[in-house]
Amino acid sequence: MAYETTPSIQDVRASFQRRQGRPTKFEKAADPRKAMIRLLKYLEPFKAPLILVVGFVVLYSLLGLAGPYLMGRAIDKSIGGKNLSSLLVTALLMLAAYMLSNFFNIIANLIMAKISQNALKNLRSDLFAHIQTLSMRFFDTHPAGGLMSRLTNDIDAINQTVSQNVISLIASILTMVGILVSMFILNHWLALASLVVIPIMYWFSNFVAKYTRKGFRELQKDLGELNAVAEETISGFKVIKAFRRNESAIETFRQKNKAVFKSAVYANSYSMLLMPLTGVLGSFFVIVLASLGGWLALKGLVSIGMIATFINYAQNFTSPLRQLSNLYNSIQAALAGAERVFEIIDTKPETPDLPDAVSAGRFKGEVRLRNVVFGYNPERIVIRNFSLEIPAGKTIALVGPTGAGKTTITSLLTRFYDIQEGQILIDGIDIRAIRKADLRRNLALVLQDTFLFADTILENIRFGRLDATDEECFEAARMAEADHFIRQLPQGYHTNLSERAGNLSQGQRQLLSIARAILANPSILILDEATSSVDTRTELRIQKALLRLMEGRTSIVIAHRLSTIRDADSIVVINNGEIVEQGNHEELLERRGFYHHLYMSQFKGNEI
Amino acid sequence: MHEFKKILKYAKPYWKLALFSLIMLIAMVGFDLAVPRLVGHLIDKGIRQKDLQVVISTSVIMLGVSLLSALVAVLNSISSIRVGESIARDLREAVFVKIQHLSYGNIDKFSTAKLMVRLTSDTAAVQRLFQMSLRIGTRAPLSMIGSIVLMFVTSKTLALTMMPILVAGGIVIVYFSVRLEPIFRTVQQRLDRLNTVLQENIAGAHLVKAYVRGPYESSRFEQANKNLADENIKVMQLMSSMSPILTMLINIGIVLVIWLGGGQAIHGTLSLGQIVAFTNYLMATLQPLTMMTQLSNNWANGLASAKRINEVLDAEPEVAEAPDAVSLPEPSRGQIEFEGVSFHYNGATDLAVLEDICTRAEPGKTTAILGATGSGKSSLINLIPRFYDVSSGKVRIDEQDVRRVRSDSLLEHIAVVPQDSVLFTGTVRDNIRYGRPDATDDEIIEAAKAAQAHDFIMRMPKGYDTHIEERGVNLSGGQKQRLAIARALVCKPSILILDDATSSVDVETETLIQNAIAVAARGTTVIMVAQRISTVLNADKIIVLDQGRIAAEGKHRVLLKSSPIYKEIYDSQLGAGVRHGL
Repeated sequence: MAYETTPSIQDVRASFQRRQGRPTKFEKAADPRKAMIRLLKYLEPFKAPLILVVGFVVLYSLLGLAGPYLMGRAIDKSIGGKNLSSLLVTALLMLAAYMLSNFFNIIANLIMAKISQNALKNLRSDLFAHIQTLSMRFFDTHPAGGLMSRLTNDIDAINQTVSQNVISLIASILTMVGILVSMFILNHWLALASLVVIPIMYWFSNFVAKYTRKGFRELQKDLGELNAVAEETISGFKVIKAFRRNESAIETFRQKNKAVFKSAVYANSYSMLLMPLTGVLGSFFVIVLASLGGWLALKGLVSIGMIATFINYAQNFTSPLRQLSNLYNSIQAALAGAERVFEIIDTKPETPDLPDAVSAGRFKGEVRLRNVVFGYNPERIVIRNFSLEIPAGKTIALVGPTGAGKTTITSLLTRFYDIQEGQILIDGIDIRAIRKADLRRNLALVLQDTFLFADTILENIRFGRLDATDEECFEAARMAEADHFIRQLPQGYHTNLSERAGNLSQGQRQLLSIARAILANPSILILDEATSSVDTRTELRIQKALLRLMEGRTSIVIAHRLSTIRDADSIVVINNGEIVEQGNHEELLERRGFYHHLYMSQFKGNEI
Repeated sequence: MHEFKKILKYAKPYWKLALFSLIMLIAMVGFDLAVPRLVGHLIDKGIRQKDLQVVISTSVIMLGVSLLSALVAVLNSISSIRVGESIARDLREAVFVKIQHLSYGNIDKFSTAKLMVRLTSDTAAVQRLFQMSLRIGTRAPLSMIGSIVLMFVTSKTLALTMMPILVAGGIVIVYFSVRLEPIFRTVQQRLDRLNTVLQENIAGAHLVKAYVRGPYESSRFEQANKNLADENIKVMQLMSSMSPILTMLINIGIVLVIWLGGGQAIHGTLSLGQIVAFTNYLMATLQPLTMMTQLSNNWANGLASAKRINEVLDAEPEVAEAPDAVSLPEPSRGQIEFEGVSFHYNGATDLAVLEDICTRAEPGKTTAILGATGSGKSSLINLIPRFYDVSSGKVRIDEQDVRRVRSDSLLEHIAVVPQDSVLFTGTVRDNIRYGRPDATDDEIIEAAKAAQAHDFIMRMPKGYDTHIEERGVNLSGGQKQRLAIARALVCKPSILILDDATSSVDVETETLIQNAIAVAARGTTVIMVAQRISTVLNADKIIVLDQGRIAAEGKHRVLLKSSPIYKEIYDSQLGAGVRHGL
C-alpha cells in the first residue's frame, strides 16, 4: 500500500488556483540544456541562501530516514524485548527526528520561496527592460496580441515550475538515494529485492507517459480545431445568420466535437492508468518485502522490526518516484518557455546613440530631408530620393493614396527607423547625431488610433510631461477643449480609464491625446488625422483644439480633412514614396496633376 | 443547487455508466482497506507463529487484492472519464446549437468572448465536477470513514487517542484554505496588473518611444513586479508550510501508536501486526481530507459554471417567428417601408437609437443612408432583415410586416454586406459561394467581377482556390470587403444592403463597384450606409440621419440646398474646397 501521506504542493495549488480549461501541454525546448543553464544563472545572486536551503533539505531528507529505522528498532528491541523504558526513549527519539525533519523542510521552503520569486522578478525585470530598448521594427513585426499571450504564458510556465518543483526535485532525489543506501546498510537481501521494483516502475511510467503524451497532443490538436470553429462561428454569427447557414455551422461543430470527445477519452484514460498502476506497484513492493521478509524472518535472518522499517521505506520511496515523472513535463514546459523569453532578451536592441551624439535643448523646428532613401526591408525601397524643407513653425500636409509612404516619413523623423541613404536635419543638425531621447522630447505624436493607458485621465494627460503639475494638466485639457467633458464625468480628472473599455467616445479620446501633446509642448508636431468621422460637434472641438496645438510649432500632418489640407502652408503630394507635387491647394488644383486627379476622383464626374 | 439540477439532466443518459463507476470505486476502497489488515495477519499469524504456509498464502491473497484493486481503479477511471467527457460533449453541443438559434440582440448581450468561455472553460468545469465526484469525490469520504472504522476495529483505545490528531488535521486544512483563498485572489490581481503594464507597454510602444517614457514605464513595471513577487512569496511560504505541518501531525500519531501500542503489546493486549496495520490506517485518513478541499473547489467552480451555462441555455431568442408566419410573395419587388419606427437596444430603458422613422425605399432604386457614427444608420438597416425587432412602428417589405414573414423566406430575399467583412476559413470560392451553396462557378466569377474582386483573385497564387487564413488575415481590408460584396451578389437578392461596405476601398474602385452593381443587380433594391459623402452622391435617394431621427431626405442636389446638416457634412469632407478650387 503506497499511501501518499501528504498532498504535494501541486495538489494544493491546483485546488486553489482556479485555472480552468488549461489543457496539459507537452512542449520541449530546442536546447533544454542551454535554457536550463541560463535560467540557473538567475539563482546565482542567491548563492549563500541557496546553499543554506540545500543544507536544510539534506537534513530534512536524512532525518526523514531516521523515523522508519527507529520504528523498526522499537518493534524489535522495545516491544520484542518487552522493555517499556527503552520504548519511551525510542518514541521520543522518533518524535524528535520527525519534528526536526519537518521543521527543516518548512525552513527550506520559506527561504526557497524568497529566492525563487526574487529570481523570477529579476527575470521579468530583465525582460521588460530589454523590451524598452527594442526597435520599432520589432513591434511592427510582432503583433502585440501574440507577443503578449506568449510572454504571459511563458513566464507563467517558468513560475509554476520554479516555485513548486525545485525543492521537491532535490528532496525526491535525496530521499530516494537515502532510502536505497539505508536499505543496503540494513539488509542486502531485502534491498536487492526492492531494487527489482525500480526498473519496472521506470519502464512503466515511461510507457504510460509516452501514450499519454501522444494522446494529449492529439487532444490539443482536436481541441484547437474545435475552438477555431467555435470562435469563427460565434464571431461570425451575424453573417451566418444573415446567410441562413446555422445548420451547416452546427454540423461542422458536431463533427469536431465528436473528435474531441474521442481523443479526450483516449488521452485521459491513458493518463489515469498511471495512478492506479503505480499504486499496484507500490503494493507489489510492499508484498514482495512482506513475503520475502516473512520467509527470511522464519529463517531468523531478519527481524519483524526490520520488515516494518523496509515497508515504511518502500512507501516513502514510490511517492517521490511518482512525483518525478510529473515533474518532467512541467520542467520541459518551463524550459521551452524560458527559451522563448531568452529569445526576446537576445533580440538586438534599437541602434544605440552614437558615442559622440550631442544632447540638444529645445529645437527651433526647422526640418530638412535631403535625398532620403529608405525601405523596411533594404531590398524593397519605399521612400525614394525624398527631399523636403519645412521652415520652423510652418504646417505641412502630407497627402496621397494609402501606402504612398506618408506614415513612413513620420517614422523616420522620430527615428523609429533609420534611413539608408541621405540625411534628415533638424535645425541643421543630422538627427543621427542627436541623442534619441532629446530628439523625441522635441517631437509629439497625435495618432489616429488614440492610445490611452489604464490609469486616471489626469495621469494619461501627464504622460505628455511627467513633471507637470495638476494645474498644468488641467490647463492643457482646457486648451484641448477636453476640460468640459472631463468635468462632467462623475470622478472628473480622477476617472479611471479601464483599458479599451469604451467609457469614452472616439472623439473624447482624441481630445485627451491632444491634451497630452499640448502638455508635452514639443517644437515639432506629427499628426495623423482621424478618418472616421465623429459627430459634427465633437469634430469642431477637435479641429479647434488642433489649431491651438499647432500654433507656433512645426507641424507635419497626414491630412484627410479638407480644411486641414487647405489651411496648410504647403501640401506635399506623395505617391510611391516620392514627392509628386508640392504647393498650396489652389496652385495644385490649377496644375491639374495628381492632386487634381485625387481630388476630383471623389466626385465621379458629378457636376456640382 | 437548483442550477445544478438542470445540468444533471445532461448526466441522465449516462446514469448506468456512472453507477458502474461508483460501484467500482466502492470495490476499490474495500480492497485498499483490506491490505493493511492482511499485512497485520501476515505478521501475527505467519511470521510470529513461524508458519510459512500462512506467509505464502497471505502474500498471494495480498497480491490478488492489489491486482483487483488496480483493475477496479482502472475501470472506475475509464468509466468516469467517459461519463464526464460525454456530458461535456453534449453540453458543448447544446450550448452551440442554442447560440445558433439566438438573435443578434442576444449575442450583443452575451458578447463573443463570453460565449467562447461558456463553450470552453465553463463546460470543462462542469465536466470536472462530474468526473471528480465519480472518482476522488466519493473515494475520499469512503476511505476516510473506512480507515477510521478499521482503526476502531483494530484498537479502540488507540483509535480514540488518534481523534484529536485527526481533528487537528482537519483544522489545519480549513485554516490554510481560508487563509490562502484571499491571497490567491490578490496574486491574481497583481498578476493582472503586471500584465496590463506589459500589455500597454507593448501595444503603445510607439507612444512610449516618442514620449521617451522608457524609464517611467520601467519604474511602473518595477513596482508591479515587486508587488507580485512579494505576494507570491507569501502564497508559496504558506502553501509549502501546510504539507509539512500535516506530515508532522501524522508523525506525532505514529509516535503515539508506537509508544502506547508498544506498551499494550508488551502487556500482550495488542499484537505487532495490529500496530503495523493501525499506522497504515492512520496514514490513510488525512489524505482524503486534502482531496476534499480540492473537491469543494471543483464543486464551487462547477456550480458557478453551470449557472452561467444555464443563462445561455435559458435565453429566449429576442426575435421569434410568429406561429402563423407567411412567405414573402414571389417574385419579391423589394419595396421597403418604415412606418413610425422607433428602436431601443435594451427595451425601453435605454435611450432610443431610432425615433419615429417614416420613409420608404422604392423597388429597384438605390437608397443611401448618411450620418455620423452613432446616428443610427446600422440600426436602421438591421431592422429590415429582422435582425432586431422594432420597439414600436412597422417595417414592411412588399406591404408585408416583416414580423409576420417567415425568417428563411425573408433572408432568402435579402443579402447583407456587413460593416466588418467577416470571412471564413476555406477557399475564396467557398467564401463567395457561402451566400448560395448551389451557385455555379460561372455565377461565382460573375459576382466576383461585379465586386471588382476577380482581378486580385486571379493574381493570387491559386486563384479562386486560394486558401483564406483565419478571418482573412492574408487579405487587405479592401479585398475582404470586395469578397463580402461578391458573396452577397451571388445570392441574387431582391434587396441588397451594404453597410458601409466600401469604406476600405479607394474611391475609384468604389465607383466601379457601384456601377457594376447597378448592372449586375438591375432591379434590386439597394440600401447603402455610408460615412463618406462620395459614396452616396449617385443614390436615387439620400436619407440623412442625425441622432436617430431623419434630418432630411432627397437627392444630392436638393439636399445641398435644403439641408444644413447635409451641407455641413459635405463641406467638411469636400464641398467647400470645391467651391474654393473651381
